Amino acid sequence: MDSHLTDEQVLDLQIKATKIRMSIIEMLAEAKSGHTAGSLGMTDIFTLLYFHTMKHDPKNPSWPERDRLLLSNGHICPVLYATMAHAGYFPVEELMTLRKFGSRLQGHPHREFLPMVETSSGPLGCGLSQAVGMAIADRINGGHKKFYVLMGDGENNEGNVWEAALLAGKEKLRNVVAFIDRNFIQIDGDTEKVLPLGDMAKKYEEFGWHAQEVDGHNMSEVNDAINRAHAVANKPSIIIAITIPSRGVKSFEGDYRWHGNPPGSGPIDVVPKDKQKEVALAELQTTMDQLTALKK
Amino acid sequence: MLNQQFHLNTKMFDADVEQVPIRKGFGQGLLKAGELDANVVALCADLVESTQMHFFSERFPERYVEIGVAEQNLVTVAAGMAAMGKIPFASSYAMFSPGRNWEQIRTTACYNDLPVKVVGSHAGVSVGPDGGTHQAIEDIALMRILPNMVVISPCDSIEAHKATMATALDKHPTYLRLAREKTPVMTTLETPFEIGKAQIFFTPDTGLAQVGIIATGALVHKAMCVAKKLEAEGIKVKVMNMATIKPLDINAVLELAKETRALVTVEEHQVKGGLGGAVAEYLAENCPTPIEFIGVKDVFGQSGTPNELIEHYGMGEKDVEAAVRKVLTRK
Repeated sequence: MDSHLTDEQVLDLQIKATKIRMSIIEMLAEAKSGHTAGSLGMTDIFTLLYFHTMKHDPKNPSWPERDRLLLSNGHICPVLYATMAHAGYFPVEELMTLRKFGSRLQGHPHREFLPMVETSSGPLGCGLSQAVGMAIADRINGGHKKFYVLMGDGENNEGNVWEAALLAGKEKLRNVVAFIDRNFIQIDGDTEKVLPLGDMAKKYEEFGWHAQEVDGHNMSEVNDAINRAHAVANKPSIIIAITIPSRGVKSFEGDYRWHGNPPGSGPIDVVPKDKQKEVALAELQTTMDQLTALKK
Repeated sequence: MLNQQFHLNTKMFDADVEQVPIRKGFGQGLLKAGELDANVVALCADLVESTQMHFFSERFPERYVEIGVAEQNLVTVAAGMAAMGKIPFASSYAMFSPGRNWEQIRTTACYNDLPVKVVGSHAGVSVGPDGGTHQAIEDIALMRILPNMVVISPCDSIEAHKATMATALDKHPTYLRLAREKTPVMTTLETPFEIGKAQIFFTPDTGLAQVGIIATGALVHKAMCVAKKLEAEGIKVKVMNMATIKPLDINAVLELAKETRALVTVEEHQVKGGLGGAVAEYLAENCPTPIEFIGVKDVFGQSGTPNELIEHYGMGEKDVEAAVRKVLTRK
């Protein structure tokens, strides 16, 4: 089993995550549309996966032996694109083309435009089943790759997710590690009011999964959970990451109205529209200054 | 007369013509494709025998995935396998796949342009007694509209066998449409098959044809019988077997339209959006031609024997014959 993260590793990852959050704010403000809350909320986990956990090579994206990451809730692709850019898959400047005509960075990921993403996504509920198919194919080939899936909690309203969960349990796909962004929001509001998901860990356990609940912003805790997931024999793993929507920008945090709005179009009762981008960037800069001070 | 070029079954007009379910040709073709390529895998939604996948699953259990009654999962798991280099054949009844999982096919197979082979068995009204809920007569339209998708509708079991093997080599997503009932065998092992190539099965002894029938699936046999009957009356008919509906063999369609200036399309499917729609869309732009459409006319099916239903919905031999006579008057 992999070891715990050192304090220094955590600090380095937090600095990366802060840079990625700043890119997310900038690209969304430039695009003038897109999804802020989930992108910021999942930044810590994306950072951990791309900068610590996964076996991959940004200079050789089609390396056959790479681990696969499938973003199932494609609407939070700003965090995928920003993390990939910071990891070296493509220039950070390209992030400013998000959602624009001719861009490789489509509003929801499209593999024909950007072949280095593992699948196209947007319509919810399809990522887990594709990872299940990939893991079965890998098993047939005698491989040992890891298949990481990122899902929203609201996405678990979709029946396709539970079809995939049943099959993964039946097939005992130990190399599938799925994350649920448990932020308790979806477009129409509180997940427990829209369509109550209840005890998600218990549900997945019942489907034959190893389930863990973690603080999705505690890199060390998430890393330990991933290590435990890898150590489980003969079961797929679900990591239910409790997250705060729009994490990292206090003025936006926890407000479901940031689900589908970019800085500049968000709710105006906290920060006026024309100040949203600069307020967010200023907050993140303060975090960055604090982290770099700790680094010294 | 039968077109000599394609080595067709000379007994196809006999009363005791050999009849084999089209789906069986698929099952045996899949087994063969699996023997030739270790990357061929199969998935099924709780219908392994009905869809004739058991030949494959019994031979290659490690390359077979029983999905359960979960058609959305069926095609998305297949897409994941295709992304890892596999050639997955995913089968169910056409009503459920592609009937129920259209968006998943669109997003994960077609949008990604992966070689997912969607196999829809029990297509058309000839499923019979099960009734309208189980009679897929919209599936060609659903699949034909998707970019990157190839749509194949074999006319008999031997063609289904060849089509299955051919599609295993094709890099695009494919919809393979199969029928349940025993169907007269019209082709032979020597008949060539190529994705995207139409074939003239019936041709006048001499001279140009007055009418062209473009047919797909099991109903090709009815078109052949009508052509033979009319030949005796001196009406010259060509019958084209359109096994690949997408990409449509536009050169063959254009040539037949120019020769005959009168066409009949025949399919066990809604005429809107199906083969007839595809032919009409192309010809409206390139060679406007009178066309009569044989197929289901914007209604659902019901219980009955296959023959009763084929007759009831206007797809019997007398309907094809009437359509030929009518289109002749429109020239």
